Amino acid sequence: MFETTPLKIVAVAAGLSSPSSTRLLADRLAGAARERLAAGQDRRVEVEVVELRDLAVDIANHLVTGFPSAGLRKALDAVTGADGLIAVTPVFTASYSGLFKSFFDLVDNTALTGKPVVIAATGGTPRHSLVLEHAMRPLFAYLRAVVLPTSVYAASEDWGSQGDEYTEGLPSRIRRAGGELASAVTGRTVSGATRVPTLDDGEDAVVPFAQQLAGLRTG
Amino acid sequence: MQFGIFTVGDVTTDPTTGTTPSENERIKATLAIALKAEEVGLDVFATGEHHNPPFVPSSPTTTLGYIAARTEKLILSTSTTLITTNDPVKIAEDYATLQHLADGRVDLMMGRGNTGPVYPWFGKDIRQGIPLAIENYALLHKLWREDVVDWEGKFRTPLQSFTATPRPLDGVPPFVWHGSIRSPEIAEQAAYYGDGFFHNNIFWPMEHTRKMVDLYRRRYAHYGHGTAEQAVVGLGGQVFMARNSQDAVREFRPYFDNAPVYGHGPSLEDFTQQTPLTVGSPQEVIERTLSFREDVGDYQRQLFLMDHAGLPLKTVLEQLDILGEEVVPVLRKEFARLRPAGVPDAPVHPAVAAARAAAAPKEV
Repeated sequence: MFETTPLKIVAVAAGLSSPSSTRLLADRLAGAARERLAAGQDRRVEVEVVELRDLAVDIANHLVTGFPSAGLRKALDAVTGADGLIAVTPVFTASYSGLFKSFFDLVDNTALTGKPVVIAATGGTPRHSLVLEHAMRPLFAYLRAVVLPTSVYAASEDWGSQGDEYTEGLPSRIRRAGGELASAVTGRTVSGATRVPTLDDGEDAVVPFAQQLAGLRTG
Repeated sequence: MQFGIFTVGDVTTDPTTGTTPSENERIKATLAIALKAEEVGLDVFATGEHHNPPFVPSSPTTTLGYIAARTEKLILSTSTTLITTNDPVKIAEDYATLQHLADGRVDLMMGRGNTGPVYPWFGKDIRQGIPLAIENYALLHKLWREDVVDWEGKFRTPLQSFTATPRPLDGVPPFVWHGSIRSPEIAEQAAYYGDGFFHNNIFWPMEHTRKMVDLYRRRYAHYGHGTAEQAVVGLGGQVFMARNSQDAVREFRPYFDNAPVYGHGPSLEDFTQQTPLTVGSPQEVIERTLSFREDVGDYQRQLFLMDHAGLPLKTVLEQLDILGEEVVPVLRKEFARLRPAGVPDAPVHPAVAAARAAAAPKEV
């Protein structure tokens, strides 16, 4: 039977230039996931790419004021509502970029629980590839996301090489990561997400007062 | 409906002159502002409570006691009283005393406080903020209503045969508002007791304020204190006025751009669009303020923040003149005209209510 709600893949790209190799990598990863999903099941697949560059001022303002602009709210909702997430950052000063981190600082710390995430990064030299393992993976582990085994690092030279006898080239790593995301998204029957009720849940957002008081009784 | 002002009590450099008031000047300015509030016909003056620089109001009842002696009609309130880090026994004593001094012209707004180090400085843990607010208020509520209290809780020394003195004036505890920007637990607490709920919506979009107030109203009805429309709601507001809008924007912009909390962030234009901040003519302030009732229903108290971000005393007093002479009289009339018959006023002490009734013009 055909399910009407589409599967939603959201890619966050923190590249700053235009055109951006970070955006390019995000698009390629989303494309690989979409291709595998389209082949493996009959639900529609929707892909949305969130470019943080467009939200840079909104992100800074949210940090200062405590509330998001309408555009940033939409991006945060897309990320937390996605079935699968792709997170791509350029490597700046030995880690993810400040803009990338600032955006994820604004995501509620329980909102990504159980969500399949592909992590990826771009850089000028392959020497920074372990940023994925020492910075990106711990960040999403803290957020209790399910970080997939294959992470994808693209140095400038990877865009023009084919790998060698020891290493796969960039296209095959992208395909593998996209495939892992597709499997995780479709195999995700029960998520561990502990969604905290919000004001949008109306009266379900409150613990009845007698229960709150009783929780404090001593003895 | 009550109109008034609330102050944070910040000592902030005036960005246009580089002048920073001394603590003494700031405290004296606060008194002048409160007296002006009464002079221009406002109903409420509320002071914040802080225990760290650059804020001066660490001892609200001292300040409010002074103002009580110099005023006759003004209701003295807080914005907020720290229910988490203050001993509820001391709050019961201090504010009951103030109530006697002010002949009943006293109410309070409870808040948790969001300055991390204040909690440990007072022997508390910020992660226990909500449980502290719940337990401490439960004790305060009891101390004002029962002459002899036996009590045991998680956060404070037990009490056996304790009587908080003085007893509330005429046996009527001060009315309590609970203030919270985003915690549904506090809206629930206010609803449970049938107390007032105050949403300081000055920094947040109205859409959020609407959801918080709506939750409080529904829970108020759930606990049987009246209909949702009868729940007691207060809102914050923030305005700066001049005869014409362009002058208001030009004069306020340097203060906005450098203001604590939101300065160096969004533009004045974005912030006035996204939050209830209104910078413009008195007529624009009237229209914006009247629009609040469309989001939260007819409400009982509107407080404005007028004296922050380094605005000099002279400017603040001029703003209060405009507020009291041109804005509030129109708002009073319009809110009264629009308000359905079943929506009550905010509760005040019976002595205050009697004095107001006696002073009101007689119907012919």
